[in-house]
Amino acid sequence: MSGPDLLAPEALERAREQALAAFIAAQSIEALAATRTAHIGDRSPVARARKAIGGLPGIEKADAGKRVNVAASAVQAAFEQRKQALELERDQRVLLEEAVDVTILPPRRRGARHPLTTISERVADVFVAMGWEVAEGPEVEHEWFNFDALNFGGDHPARELQDTLFVEPAGSGLVLRTHTSPVQVRSMLDRELPIYVICPGRVYRADALDATHSPVFAQVEGLCVDEGITMAHLRGTLDHLAAAMFGQGTVTRLRPNYFPFTEPSAEMDLQCFACRGASAQPGGEPCRVCSSEGWIEWGGCGMVNPAVLVACGIDPERYSGFAFGVGLDRTLMFRHDLHDIRDIYEGDLRFTSALGSEA
Amino acid sequence: MRVPVSWLRTLVPDLTAAAGDIAAALVRAGLEVEQVHRVGHEISGVVVGEVLDIEELTGFKKPIRFCHVTTGTRVHDVVCGAVNFTAGDRVAFATPGAVLPGGFRIATRQTYGHTSDGMICSAAELGLSGDPSGILVLPSDSPLGTDVVELLALRDEVLDIAVTPDRGYQLSVRGVAREAATAFGVAFSDPGLAESASAGSDAFVVRVDAPEACDRYVARVVTGVDPAAQSPAWLQRRLTLAGMRPISLAVDVTNAVMLELGQPLHAFDLDALQGAIVVRRAATGERLVTLDGQDRALDRGDLLITDDSGPIALAGVMGGGPTEVTAATRSLLIESAHFAPRSIARTARRHKLPSEASRRYERGVDPALAAAAAEAAVRLLVELAGATAGPVTDVDTRPPQPVLALPVAAPGRLAGRAYEPQVVRRRLEDVGCTVAGDDPLEVTPPTWRPDLTGRAELIEEVLRLEGYDTIPVVLPTAPAGRGLTAEQRLRRVASRMLAAGGFVEVVLPPFVSPESLDALGGAMHPPRVLNPLSAQEALLRPTLLPGLLAAVARNVSRGLVDVAVYETGHVFVGPGGSAPTPGVEGPPTAAQRAALDGALPPQPRHVGVALAGGPASWDAALGALVELGAALGLSLRPRAVEAGPDLQPGPYHPGRSAELLLDGGRVGIAGELHPRVCVALGLPTRTCAGEANLDVLVSAAAAAGPQPAPVVSHFPPASVDVALVVGRDVPAAEVEAALREGAGELLEALHLFDVYTGAQTGEGRRSLAYTLRLRAGDRTLTDVEVLAARDAAITEAGRRTGAVLRS
Repeated sequence: MSGPDLLAPEALERAREQALAAFIAAQSIEALAATRTAHIGDRSPVARARKAIGGLPGIEKADAGKRVNVAASAVQAAFEQRKQALELERDQRVLLEEAVDVTILPPRRRGARHPLTTISERVADVFVAMGWEVAEGPEVEHEWFNFDALNFGGDHPARELQDTLFVEPAGSGLVLRTHTSPVQVRSMLDRELPIYVICPGRVYRADALDATHSPVFAQVEGLCVDEGITMAHLRGTLDHLAAAMFGQGTVTRLRPNYFPFTEPSAEMDLQCFACRGASAQPGGEPCRVCSSEGWIEWGGCGMVNPAVLVACGIDPERYSGFAFGVGLDRTLMFRHDLHDIRDIYEGDLRFTSALGSEA
Repeated sequence: MRVPVSWLRTLVPDLTAAAGDIAAALVRAGLEVEQVHRVGHEISGVVVGEVLDIEELTGFKKPIRFCHVTTGTRVHDVVCGAVNFTAGDRVAFATPGAVLPGGFRIATRQTYGHTSDGMICSAAELGLSGDPSGILVLPSDSPLGTDVVELLALRDEVLDIAVTPDRGYQLSVRGVAREAATAFGVAFSDPGLAESASAGSDAFVVRVDAPEACDRYVARVVTGVDPAAQSPAWLQRRLTLAGMRPISLAVDVTNAVMLELGQPLHAFDLDALQGAIVVRRAATGERLVTLDGQDRALDRGDLLITDDSGPIALAGVMGGGPTEVTAATRSLLIESAHFAPRSIARTARRHKLPSEASRRYERGVDPALAAAAAEAAVRLLVELAGATAGPVTDVDTRPPQPVLALPVAAPGRLAGRAYEPQVVRRRLEDVGCTVAGDDPLEVTPPTWRPDLTGRAELIEEVLRLEGYDTIPVVLPTAPAGRGLTAEQRLRRVASRMLAAGGFVEVVLPPFVSPESLDALGGAMHPPRVLNPLSAQEALLRPTLLPGLLAAVARNVSRGLVDVAVYETGHVFVGPGGSAPTPGVEGPPTAAQRAALDGALPPQPRHVGVALAGGPASWDAALGALVELGAALGLSLRPRAVEAGPDLQPGPYHPGRSAELLLDGGRVGIAGELHPRVCVALGLPTRTCAGEANLDVLVSAAAAAGPQPAPVVSHFPPASVDVALVVGRDVPAAEVEAALREGAGELLEALHLFDVYTGAQTGEGRRSLAYTLRLRAGDRTLTDVEVLAARDAAITEAGRRTGAVLRS
């Protein structure tokens, strides 16, 4: 065909139709690519028509150019459209072929932190958020810190209450600390007033290991010494801790008791976090967590005995303070419905793995 | 202390509340009521019957009686195995359907060839103390058909109270009754006020040579005791409910008075005493056979009751055999004394002899009670044993009661709320204080409250009786805090790092056996626990390994195959020393403090890992600690452990373990365990472990402070590979260090991608292939620069390690 023939509207229309038919006929991306030379390439009718424009008289050039452009874009668009369609088809096929069983995960050893660690950090964080600091001390202690400074007189029967493990040399006064209170003593001796510290740690008693006793257990104690500290502050702090650990609105109650290092002293009960005390009301549903008592024994507390302040060099006329302690093992046990304390200290990794995921 | 509620009510006549409510009120006032035992509440269907006739059955191995018993409305056939009754006796008869203590139900049954339509009860079968082989014969005027539960008051409640060491007065019905009366606002009838007869000229001679340990000694002579007299049922009942066994009238009387008043009494056989009583400390070498038959060597600190024959009792703890009251005793000397708590506590502990008496003396007995208690006992003996009250001896050197000043606003100041002055005064009077003055109040504590020694103790009384629940709830405002210390934060990082790395944390007791340390090799001398719970595990761990390896073995024995555990905790290195215990009248001096702290054994925190099964490889153990260091910002370098000639330097495989160095200092060790350790400890073969001093790591990390930021170059890197052949005994780390040094500051990263040993490397040599990534901060490197750096690296490696470029 000569140039002008190629530029005839019918010719361009035919070229377009043939191109479109070829594209549609191509069933794969490769087949489509093969049609490209014939319909879009330099030797394609439309390309040749474009070249033929140059041979036209000036007056016809514009018209012919417009026709060629229309045809060329139509062909190009059809090609792209078909290409996209074929690519989509291919991608979908490939994606289907590549499908895997997403329930098969590669084996990975999963580590975990011990629940005593995480619960201890959690308590510490509650207090750190209030501006308190975390104090620590040695586990083998001198009895002056563990007993004497805490107002346990030499023959005070209270020393018998805490079955102490003594450390050699005999008569050296070394003991495995029976509570974290010696850390409080060290804090009062070493820190500037006022003192707001939380003392988590391991403590020891000469208790034979059974389901509810362990010679080793974990405690966290708090100590606040400042001007004007009252028992109301103690109650406020305990209720805050209860709410932070067991949910908003969980409260504590105090029952008078005796500890040498506090006066007044109290046992502290936690309102049952499961039934919120409802099980103890007439007609209440029974509660396993608190044995339908409504309250769970949680720890001890009181106002720091002036004798302790004196032994630590603090003026009891100017300063007062409160202290409290809770057993972390115990907290763990009732929180997780755990009935055997030995599970905590056996090192069975199934125990840690199940409970150690809490941040 | 077990307090029968019926006994309590005798001292608080207007107390009508139910036992449960009394218990709740006492708990609120600070008494630890652990339990309310209900006694006899299940008994039903037992009535007074009369035995009409008795037929002795023969042909059985034991005597059996067939009787007719009438309840007034019906006559029952009854077979009975007891023989201590006659026709006409009134008895406790359990009718068919009756329920006895323990839920034991009585039914009609066939036995010994007869129908037995009920049961004649013994005292024991009704929950009373008494001879279980014989039935209980009731007084002949007991009305037929009456409910025996009512007649004998078989129903009661017993409050079981745990008494804290400061509250000796609660070891008496008297003390608990006073609290109950206060709690319910009703009158209390104090049984401790009985008037005593005055001392006579013929009084028994008592001399107290140790007044610091005995400021009151009352002795009462009682004669004409009928040895046949038995404790009446009500007395036995009280003792049984209070948890004591009835023994004999004289002993029961002293026990009952002790339970009611809290004053321990001791009864001597007057006829066995030789000469005057002297209260004194033991002399060296003295001995005493106590009532329990033990021949005891006495300590010079022991307070004794003696007569001309020598020691006759450990004062306040236990009496001696020769002067013990027996079934034949007709004359008594009753001792009612006040001994110093500390002396009694020491003696009871020294001889491991806690007794009802010592328990009370240790916690403080009311010194004003001595005469009244003796009088109460004497009156009972006169009433129940036909005895004659003899003269009184009262050696009394008690100091006057102290007077304490209490600002009237002090209780409110400590509570965080106000109490009206009259409330403060009334509450102090409730506990027995005498209160004078307005402000400050001048408070004389009662004689039974030796624990009320200062202002804080008085404040507690006001607060607890007003109720802790009336104290407001206020959160204190702490000054701005500094958060966790760097060390505390870094320890958390270390723990999280290990957990994220697939290790499971364990928390293990620190007690280890010498054998478990021996199995690990090496000489360790950790502190020993003097009174260990297990004689085998008496040492405090000097390393975390024994516990971790035992945990591995335990997990494996429980069927877990792949085990990776870690622990962080204190270890105890070397023995502790001694330091004298300073006083508590002020803080220790600097020298005292240094001595106290210096006596403690070093107890650093360690971190340990152990792996068995799939995850176990020497490099996993070592890598865990290296990565832990990296997480703290520390570069820990491994170095092969120098093995001794016997290849047994410690618990580790000499060829597959490494020390970890921080700035040249050893901070840990890790790797595969020595095969012998695995065998000795029953561990899977190729169990691996590692341990590092966590304290050293976190303090180094904390001290390092903030690191300067690197220059992050945006120019393209140049990568170049280098394969070097070196002797097999040259550690890769040395080659790597040389390459780094040689390549200089253009080297951005370096990584070992191949280790090859084969024919091409030559005998005793191996090939290490590294990729070096080079980059400059300010330009694109030219080929010349890259090659120069590479060549410099190779040259340095060659110089230091003999490495040659692999051809």
